[in-house]
Formats: sequence, structure tokens, C-alpha cells
Amino acid sequence: MPRFSRFFSRDRRYDDISVSIQEHIDERADELMEEGMSRDEAERTARRAFGNVALLRERSREVWQWQRIESLLMDLKYVFRRLVRSPGFAITVVLTLAIGIGANTAVFSVLNSVLLRPLPYPEPEQLVSLHLDAPGAPGLSEFRSELRLSASMYFTFAAHNQSFQSIGLYGPGTASITGLAQPEQVSTVQISSGVLETLNVPAFTGQWLTGADQDAHGLGRVMLSYGYWQRRFGGDPSIVGRTISVNSQPRVVAGVMPRGFKVVTYDFDLLVPLALDPVKEQLAGFAYRGIARLRPGVPIPQANADAARLLNVWMDSWTNGPGTDPHFYLAWKITPALQPLKEAVVGSIHTVLWVVMGTIGVVMLIACTNVANLLLVRADARQQELAVRSALGADRLRIARELLLESVTLGLLGGAAGVAVAYAGLHLLLAVGPTDLPRLNEISLDGWSIAFTLILSLLSGLFFGAIPVLRYAPSRERVALLGAMRTASVSRERQRGRNLLVMAQMAMALVLLIGAVLMIRTFLAMRNVDPGFSDPRSLQVMRLSIPETLVHDSTTTVHLQNSILDNLAAIPGVASVGFAASVPMSGAEPSWDQILIEGKSYEGADAPMRLYNYVSPGYFHTAGTRLIAGRDFTWAEMYSARPIGIVSESLAIELWGSPRAAIGKRFQEFPRMPWHEVVGVVQDVRENGVDQISPATVYWPSLMGDPSVPEKLEAWRTVYFAIRSNRAGDQTFINEMQRAVWSANSNLPVTAISTMQDLYSESMARTSFTLVMLAIAGVMAFALGILGIYSVISYAVSQRTREIGIRMALGADKGGLVWMFVRSSLVLTGAGTAIGLIAAAAVMQLMRSLLFGISPLDPVTFTAVPVVLTAAACLASYLPARRTAAVNPVEALRAE
Amino acid sequence: MAKNPEHRDLFPGALEIMILQSLRLRPMHGYALVKHIKLVSEDLLQVEEGSLYPALQRMLKQGLLDTEAGISAKGRPTRIYRLTTAGIRHLEREVVSFERMFAGFSLVLAAAKV
Repeated sequence: MPRFSRFFSRDRRYDDISVSIQEHIDERADELMEEGMSRDEAERTARRAFGNVALLRERSREVWQWQRIESLLMDLKYVFRRLVRSPGFAITVVLTLAIGIGANTAVFSVLNSVLLRPLPYPEPEQLVSLHLDAPGAPGLSEFRSELRLSASMYFTFAAHNQSFQSIGLYGPGTASITGLAQPEQVSTVQISSGVLETLNVPAFTGQWLTGADQDAHGLGRVMLSYGYWQRRFGGDPSIVGRTISVNSQPRVVAGVMPRGFKVVTYDFDLLVPLALDPVKEQLAGFAYRGIARLRPGVPIPQANADAARLLNVWMDSWTNGPGTDPHFYLAWKITPALQPLKEAVVGSIHTVLWVVMGTIGVVMLIACTNVANLLLVRADARQQELAVRSALGADRLRIARELLLESVTLGLLGGAAGVAVAYAGLHLLLAVGPTDLPRLNEISLDGWSIAFTLILSLLSGLFFGAIPVLRYAPSRERVALLGAMRTASVSRERQRGRNLLVMAQMAMALVLLIGAVLMIRTFLAMRNVDPGFSDPRSLQVMRLSIPETLVHDSTTTVHLQNSILDNLAAIPGVASVGFAASVPMSGAEPSWDQILIEGKSYEGADAPMRLYNYVSPGYFHTAGTRLIAGRDFTWAEMYSARPIGIVSESLAIELWGSPRAAIGKRFQEFPRMPWHEVVGVVQDVRENGVDQISPATVYWPSLMGDPSVPEKLEAWRTVYFAIRSNRAGDQTFINEMQRAVWSANSNLPVTAISTMQDLYSESMARTSFTLVMLAIAGVMAFALGILGIYSVISYAVSQRTREIGIRMALGADKGGLVWMFVRSSLVLTGAGTAIGLIAAAAVMQLMRSLLFGISPLDPVTFTAVPVVLTAAACLASYLPARRTAAVNPVEALRAE
Repeated sequence: MAKNPEHRDLFPGALEIMILQSLRLRPMHGYALVKHIKLVSEDLLQVEEGSLYPALQRMLKQGLLDTEAGISAKGRPTRIYRLTTAGIRHLEREVVSFERMFAGFSLVLAAAKV
């Protein structure tokens, strides 16, 4: 018989079975009556002889069913019916799970997108970042974790390597585009030939840049990003071959890269070829990041060995100019330490993400234990029903299956709602998340996230369902005890399951709270660090670049910058102005080199590397960087290019013993450079963030003689203007700033407008993100834990009303009864706290790299948190325990 | 359900054979089947209702039996089970194999007596 017609004829089959069985019993009863029984007796006997009619009917029907699925569907129907009947329970559980699962899915999505998913390039496992260590370059590590590559290195590597299919250099930059609309500053990535070949993403339209575009005079073609092409050219396909004006130079557009394409971490509007001249390059100029694509099958150690060999070739083939020793860099001990590109992209964020994932996971565990607790109470209430069903012939497995089915259904419902929570949560996460989160634009809820949700829902359903199943799938003995259980107090054994859960909750809540408090203390410690500037809220910052193609002469450039300063200072509400090549925490590429001190011999040893900055008069005053000794530069000194400099406090102390002693001392970068006199010493500045050390810094005037050709003046062309005003951040103020710039020169675009406070917050974004996540998790864990204690004590009180009544009737003291319950909760909290403290001590070691100015075993935190938790637990148990005092013994005993 | 220890469980397939053989004589309803087997076996074999009805359904599903609405001996509506041709073939095959098995049994028992 075909399956479907069987399915449709099944009702008839069921009828047949019922009719047959009914007739069977009737006929038997008839016979018994003929033998002389009364009708009642005959019917009863016949039925008894037949056995369990319902069960038999069920067995007979099962022949026609796809048995498992259908009985599962029946159970499912039953589960839903029961959930609908207790909406309070169902909603509580589903909401708890939705939040728990949603939060986990959201964090997992970030983790998956950032850490787990491969980079969006073909065969990404072949891509490496050309990371170089230079442990022998003294001082470098103060402001750089690596040595960047110079152009000459690139030429050597590209020509002679045996490990790479292709290799390239790149670096971020800006360019001004004129002739289209308003002058516009766009972000660029400068690339050498080899970068596009390495990343191997085909152009969306047009062609890649080629080696021929690597023009020494910077006239090679450019490429557009998809976004810029859409935004500025409306996606016009005829753009390829057109000429646009980049930094006032005509450049031909070679093509457009596809949507979402980034050069490693850099988003860009314009891809510009580096202007490299293989004839004129020197050894130095360590300015570029390098990437390469390994040949198939070449492991990283082999590529490292290859690169190490090439570094010797590099020193043999290039020079820093006549009279310099090309093997000087041997002392730097330059060592290749190639990294898989993904590692380089993701950086140190993985600690934060794993900590957050772990934290949220623990919250999920606590939520599950809470749900398990609710299910235990519910199963408790169903104890009698389950026992009756078991007596009627339902086997243990069947009942266990139904209990599990209920919890798994709850888990899946929670998971479904959780996806919605995750979707919202992800947006929230990206809003509060660190802005330097790598691969930010790749974050999404994908198939993996959904699979994760599904698995998490199933597992949590099985987890919190298994606990009541293990305790309550009734055995025959329980059935026998049923009568007695109705009136007795809860047995110790039955209470134990809930107690264990509460203990576990307390322990987990303690760990999270300690983590959160440590992060708060870290945050406070960071807030207390003097960053080297004052009141960041009223300090406005903007970046402005004057290309050589616009203003050729250096002195004229400084005059232009000076007049912009004057215009800015004239805006109402501006207290002072100044500019510098780099402001703290702006992430600007640092410049650095050694300085030589007058009267000090460097035979055999190298002068350490120092961070360089180039400032205008008035910058320190504007930023609020205190002068410790001496004085600021003056404009007259700037224009006359007087050889002077300012040093940071730590550098002054290191070199000359005290800030005061530094004044009047002299230093130079190269032997041919005139001695520069120290005119001032300023306080240390946390250039790279408050949790990083302040690098020893040399401040040069922003107009000075070229270090190698002292007669020729050089101006710093891309500078950050700092404006001290109580109107900082205000949009009309920003518009006025813009006009002030344009009234000096209408071709100047302004970028990177922010307040110092934004930069300051951004530099602490990881800490505050971790803090917020841990605080949310900690508070949730705390609330759930306290709720757990409350409900356990509360339930115990309600179950033991009768016992309390008896005790009171026998003369027990009310206070003593309350204490009995509070004490039991104290025991649970104490045990949970003890376990939690040990766990926290271990877990906090993992968080060490996120902490600042505080020990992972901070005694204050490790004392205060348990005390607060215990106090809260006392209160949470005292409230329900107090109800015992209100028990009227007579009522309590009569209740049964 | 009180179980008579005299009435031991038969080997698998025995119930089916008895049902098929009984229905071969004439179509019957469930109760009549029970009574028939009890009578024919002179009370030695008693079919348990707990096995009968599921077994009937299994055989229906396998196509060995067919049912139709009918009236019991007492005039109540019931379902009459009858053998299909497939049922007859199945029965014949089973009887042959049973007989062979019994023959083997007897030989073994006889040998044991010697």
C-alpha cells in the first residue's frame, strides 16, 4: 500500500482497532453474565482480563505510525500545551535564554568575523606580514614594536628572494583632490608594485597599477576605491582613463577596486603608487609596511631564513651616502619575524575578545543554572503527576524524554528569540566596541553564528534539562513514597541539587564581579595618569596638509600655516593655538632617529633612538603640556631657522641629570648638522596612550635646516592644529575653523577634526569596552546569583511551612527559625565564594595584559567583592526567611 | 493482569501462524479468534489480548490480512479479519518450515531418550 494512502486511511484503522477491542470486551462481559455475574461485575472482570486497554490500543495503533516521530510530535504538542498553561514560567525562561544566547551569539559573531574567518583574499594562508625586529636599535622599542621596511629593502627583497611569489610595500597617506567640487582631502594607500599581485583581488573595472606606475616623479596612474568611485563619480564606467587632479598633479585613473577591498587594514579612497627611484634610494627610510605572498609549500621559518640572508645582501648593495658605513645596521640585529597576515591584522585584540566571550559564556552558564533551578521546582510540583503516569505504565525513558523535550524546546525557543537579541546586540556591541577593532566592516551574523546559536540552544536545553531528569525520572520506589512525600518537609537529598546550583552561581558571579572591579580599577588608574596635556574636552584638533605642489617653498608654507593660526586665533572663544607634526594618541606615524650629544663620544656604542616631533611656537601652551624648565620657541627663531630644540623631561634627566641642567646643552642628529641648543624641557607625554610609557622625545622647530643639507630649509607639511577653546567640538565652531583655513588658502582641505577628548577616549576604548562588557556581565551574574539564593530560600520556606508550624508549636524561637534559613544561605554563599576566589585567582592571570596599574590579585578587590556578595546574599535570604516569623502554627498545621 | 504460568510464551511467529491458520478456516473477529484458538487447542494455548491486537495490525500492514465491517455473533458491530492470498502463501511457507523444525525437534528428543 503506498505510504500516503496509508496515512490517510489511518483514522479508519484506528476506528477498526477501537471497535474490535470494544466488541471483544463486550462479548466477554456477555459471556460472564451468562455465567451468572452481575453486569457491573462482568464488565469489570472482562476489562481487567483484557488488560490495559489504552496501552494496547496505543500499541496496536503504533503499528501504523512512523512511530518515533509521531510520538515525539505528540509529546511536543503536550509540551506546548503545558507551556501555554504556565506563561509566567515559559516567558521567564525564554527571555532569560534569549538574552543569554543572544549575547553569546553577538559576541561569537564578532569573534568569528574578526578572529576565525579567513581574510578576504584568495589563498589567504600564503599571505605574510613582513615584520622585522631590531632588538639592537636602542630606544626604538619605546615607540615602535617593530622596524618598518625601507624602499631599498623592498628592491633587494623583490629582486633576490627565493620564498615569495610577490612582495610589496604600502603605507597610509592623504591627498587633496581638486578640480571636481570643493577641494577634498581623501585617504590614500600608497603601494609599491607587488601589493596588488600579493593580495590578488582583481580590479572591479579597468586594470591594476603596474611597475611602470611606480614613477620616481610621482606621476603614475592611480586607482579608486569602489566607495569613492560611487560617491564622487556616481559609478561612471567611463572613469577609467580619465585624468583627475591629485595634489594639483594630473593623474590618470587606471581602474577601480571592488567593494570592500582593503589594503590589509587600510580603507582608502585612492590607491597611489609609491614614487620610488631605485637609483636614489638609501638604506634608511624605515617607513613602510611590507606584505608578501609565500610560494606554495614554503613555511614561515624558511622565509625568515631567506629574508635574513637578503638583509646582508641589502647592506652590501645600498648606502646612506658617502662616508657612512653601510654595515652600521649590523648592530641593530635586524631579524625577520614574518607573521601570518591575519595575525598582523588581528593584533592584540584577541585577548579582549576571548575574555569577553568567556565572560558572556559564564553568564550563559549562570542563566542555565537558574533555568535548571526553575525546572527543578517545576518538576517537583509535577512529581505526583509523573509518578501517576509511571504507575499507569509510562516507562522511565519516555518520561525522561518528555522532560528533556520540554527543556530542549525551551532552549530552541530561547535561541530563536536570541537571534533577534543578537542582531540588536551586535549593533550595540559595534557602537560601544573599540573603534580600532580590526575587520570591523566584516562583522556580521552569518551561517556560523546561526549554527553556533543552534548548538548553544540545544546544548543549554540538554544541560538544564538533564538536571531535573536525573533527579526526577521516577523509579518505582519513589512511587511507593509518594503518599509520604506530600506532607513531609523537603528531604536533604532533594534540596541538595538546588544548593549545588546556587553555589556554582555564586562562584561564577564572584569571578565575573572581581573581573569587572579590576577593570574599573584599571580604568581609574588610567584616568589618574597625567597624559601630558590638560583638559582634553576643550582642545580641538584638526589635520591639514600643504602639498609641495601647492606651495613649493618651505618658508612660504610656514607663513601659510602661521596665517591659518592667526585666523583661527581670531575666532571668538579661542584662547590659544599652535600646531605639531603629531598630537598624542592620534596614531600618526612617528618619526624617529638618534641624537648625538655634544661632548659625548659614541665610539663602539650607538646613540639610542628618540621619538621626534616638530612643533610651532604656542603648541605646548595650547595643548597644556607644562614647560618644566626653559622656554618655548619663538616665531622669530622659527623663520631664522635658529638651531634649537626642546626635549622631554625624561630625556633631559637621562642625558643631563635634571631638566634645569639640560638648558643650554647641545645635540644633533648627524655629525654634519649644526648643534641644536636645548631651550626648553617639557613634561613627558603619553604619546601612544595612557597605559603606554612616555617615549623620550625631541621636539624640533617645524621649520629647520634639512638634517643632511643644512642650508636648505625644510618645513613639516602635514600638521595637526591644536585649538584651545571652550567651544571645542561644537559644529558651528568647526565651520568657523574651516572658513578660517579657507580664508588663508581656498585649496586646503581639512581632515581628522576631533577633540582631544575623542582621541583620549579612543586610546582607552579597549579598556572601556572590556570594562563595559565585564560590568554588564558581572551585574547580570550578580543579579542572577542573588535571585538564585532568594528563590532557593523562598522555596525552602514555602515547602517547610508545616515543619515550621510544628517547631513553633513546640516553642521554637522566631528569630532562631529565621537564622536557620539565613545560615543555610550563608553556608552556600561561603562555599561558593571560596570556590569563586580560587577560580578568580586563576582566571585573572589570563586578564593580566588588560590590566593597568593594578595586580591581578589586587587584595582590595579580592576582599571587597566577597564581602559585598555575602552581604547581598544575607539580605536575599533574610527577606524570604522573615516570612517564617509570620507563620501561624495553627494555620500551618491545618493547611494539609 | 494475572498470568497463568501454565501458558508459556510461544516462540516467535507462533501467534501469527495460529491466527493465519484459524482465519483460513473462516474469517473471524478478534474475540472469536481467541475463543477459537483456546477451544481448538483444548485450553492448552491461550492468546493474550495484549499480543493479539498489535499482531493483527502488524499482519494487516504486511498485507497478510484484510478487514471488513461486520457483525459479531452477539449482533454487535465489529471488524472481521480474513486471509488474503498473500496471507495464504505466507502461511503455507511458514507451515512447511515449522514442520521441518518440529521434525528436527522430535529427532533430537528421540535421540536423547536412547
